[in-house]
Order: sequence, then structure tokens, then C-alpha cells
Amino acid sequence: MNWNWNWFYRMGSPRWFYESTSRWLPWLGALTVLLLASGLVWGLAFAPQDAKQGNSFRIIYLHVPASFLALAGYFLMAAAGAIGLIWKMKLSYMVMKCAAPLGAVLTFLALFTGAVWGKPTWGSYWVWDARVTSMLILLFLYMGVLALQYAFDSKDVANKASAILALVGTVNIPIIYKSVDWWFTLHQPATISFTEAPSMHPDMFQPLLVMILGFYCFYAVALILSVRVEILSRERKTSWVRGLVKQATHKNLGAE
Amino acid sequence: MHPLRKQRLQIVVMIVAASAIASGLIIYMLGQNANYFYTPSQVMSGEAPADVFIRAGGMVVEGSVRRDPNSLAVDFDVTDGTAVLGIRYTGILPDLFAENEAAIAAGRLDQNRVLQASEVLAKHDEKYTPPEVAESMNAAYKAKQKRKAEKL
Repeated sequence: MNWNWNWFYRMGSPRWFYESTSRWLPWLGALTVLLLASGLVWGLAFAPQDAKQGNSFRIIYLHVPASFLALAGYFLMAAAGAIGLIWKMKLSYMVMKCAAPLGAVLTFLALFTGAVWGKPTWGSYWVWDARVTSMLILLFLYMGVLALQYAFDSKDVANKASAILALVGTVNIPIIYKSVDWWFTLHQPATISFTEAPSMHPDMFQPLLVMILGFYCFYAVALILSVRVEILSRERKTSWVRGLVKQATHKNLGAE
Repeated sequence: MHPLRKQRLQIVVMIVAASAIASGLIIYMLGQNANYFYTPSQVMSGEAPADVFIRAGGMVVEGSVRRDPNSLAVDFDVTDGTAVLGIRYTGILPDLFAENEAAIAAGRLDQNRVLQASEVLAKHDEKYTPPEVAESMNAAYKAKQKRKAEKL
């Protein structure tokens, strides 16, 4: 196959990543703040309350976006691990490493908001049904990838081990997604699906959509920021990072 | 693609496929055991074991909730459309517990196949509607039922 891989290798250069994200990161950050702020105010203050659950349903505006990104972030982490394994790409492993704590926090947020929501609606903070349990396994998978990163002295071995665990765990994502259809669970089935109209009033659904978009942007910003830090610390001995440090110190001295 | 990379890609695909097959088999083996609760027809057909802690759930039958005036004891029936299961519980019910809503009770079956529950959870659905919309939908539904009844 005569496929041109040059663009792909260029994208894998940490320096290229650092410099191109410098340009549009502020815009993405501003969009994130705008989406999250408007989505939160809209959802928490202006969306109508639910006929049965009253105001307690409003935690959906955190619970659903956090769960979405916990699942999507896992796919991203596993894909980055696979690219790292196949192409031995440094940047890809950095993305995998940075996606693990971010995903773990989002999964914890999904479980925590679920517990807070569960008490007033179901009558229990925690149940061992298929959805909640598979989500807990996702948290352990994220923590496993994170732990493996620090379990080896050799970076190469650590990356390989993390990537393999991440790949093995991908099978949990469709299980989480489908658990409410495959088994009788206390958790209700999905409100939003790709094939059908949402089973939610448009006045409540629109702010949820804004929050989901906002969480996607937030995830991108948080991941890019931590990958940039990782790049700087791993490439601190290269001339381009030294040049950046020199520039920054110059600027600071000049400002004083 | 470089042959070495192609080989590594095959290994990655194999890892994912192997773990998918392994979990597929586990899920197949778990089958019904991974269910959080039994339906009333499963309980009535004897599929749910007696004298063992189980959970059973269904729609709370309209008009079946009877409260003991002197204690927190409450009796109610749940149904899945085919069978009806009686449940007895002493304690405070969750806020969302209501007739024509789903509930799940945990406890043991007694000789009369009544579930002596130690915990009752409310199961809500995936639909969210503002109160006004729910009311008007309810009113429209009742009007339709009335028209139907008049026709008959």
C-alpha cells in the first residue's frame, strides 16, 4: 500500500504538538468556560424541574457529561496505547499516561454524583447492579493503568504494560453502555441514544447537550495541558525547550 | 505499512479480540445471575429460591398499598404484567415510591410466597418531563380513555 505516513509522523513529534497547541489552546479554553458556565446556569436555574423527581434530577447535568467523558476518554486512552505499541510513538504514550488520571477523576465524579442522586431517588447511595458495578470496574482499570506507569523503573516497560491493560479493558466500555439493556438493573436505561429522540423534554435536553459539549472541550483542554507539561519535563534537555525557558525568563525580567 | 508494525498491529488486535471473547464467555456464563432482581413471574414460577435473600421488583399495583395505622408496616403488590407478587415491608419508603411506579424489594420469601422485605428501593425511568407537561399529558390520556369508554 502506498500510503503517505508523513503527516502521521509529524503529528507524533512532541515539539510540533507543543507549538501548535500553544496557538489555539486559549480559544479552546474560552469556549470551554463559555459552554460550561452557560450550560450550568441554564440547567441548574432555568430548566424546568422534573414532574416526579423535582429539583434533584438537576444533578443529571453533571452526572451524564462526566459519565460520557469517562467512557469516551477510555477509548482515547486505549487508542493512544495501541498507537504507542505499534508505532513506538513517544507522544502517544504521553497522551495515554495523561488520560489515565483524568479519566479516573471523571469516573469518580460519575460514581459520586450517582450516589448523591441515588439516595433521594432510589433510596440508596450504592447498589451492586450491573451498571454501577461495571462503572466501578472502569475506575479500577483507570487506576491500574496509572499504577502500572509507576510500577516499573523502565519507562518503556511501564508504557507497554499500561497500554496492554488499557487495551484489555476496552471490552468493559460496551458492557457499561449496554448493561442496562442486557440485565435487570436498578439504573434506568439511557435517556439519550444515537438512533432515537431523547426521552427528555427539549427544555431539559438542550442544556444537557451544552454541558456534554462543554465537558468534551474541558476534557480536551485538561488533556492537552497535562500532555504539554509531560512534554516539557521529558524534553527538558533538548535545545527547543531550553530556548523556551530562556525566552520566558527574559520576558519575566523585562516585565520587572 | 512496515512489516514489523503490521505484526504489532496484529498483536494489538489479538489482545482486544481475546479479552472480548473471554468477557463474552463470562457474561454468557453469568447470564441471569447478573440480574439485580427477579420479576414477579420468575418468583411465582419458582425460579427464585425460597429462604434465601433475593431482590424482586416490578410495577406497584394501583390500589394495592395498605399501610398499618399503628406501625410503619406496609403491604403492597408488584407486577410485571403477567404475575403479581405480594411484598411486606416495615420502614420508611423512598420518596419516589408510588403506585404505578417501579419498585425493587430485597428480602426473603415466606411460605405464602410473600416477600418479607428488609429494604425497598424506587426505580425511576429514563424519561424526564416538566410538571406542566406531565399534567397535560395525563389529562389528554384520561380524556382519551374516557372517549374510548363512551364509545363502548
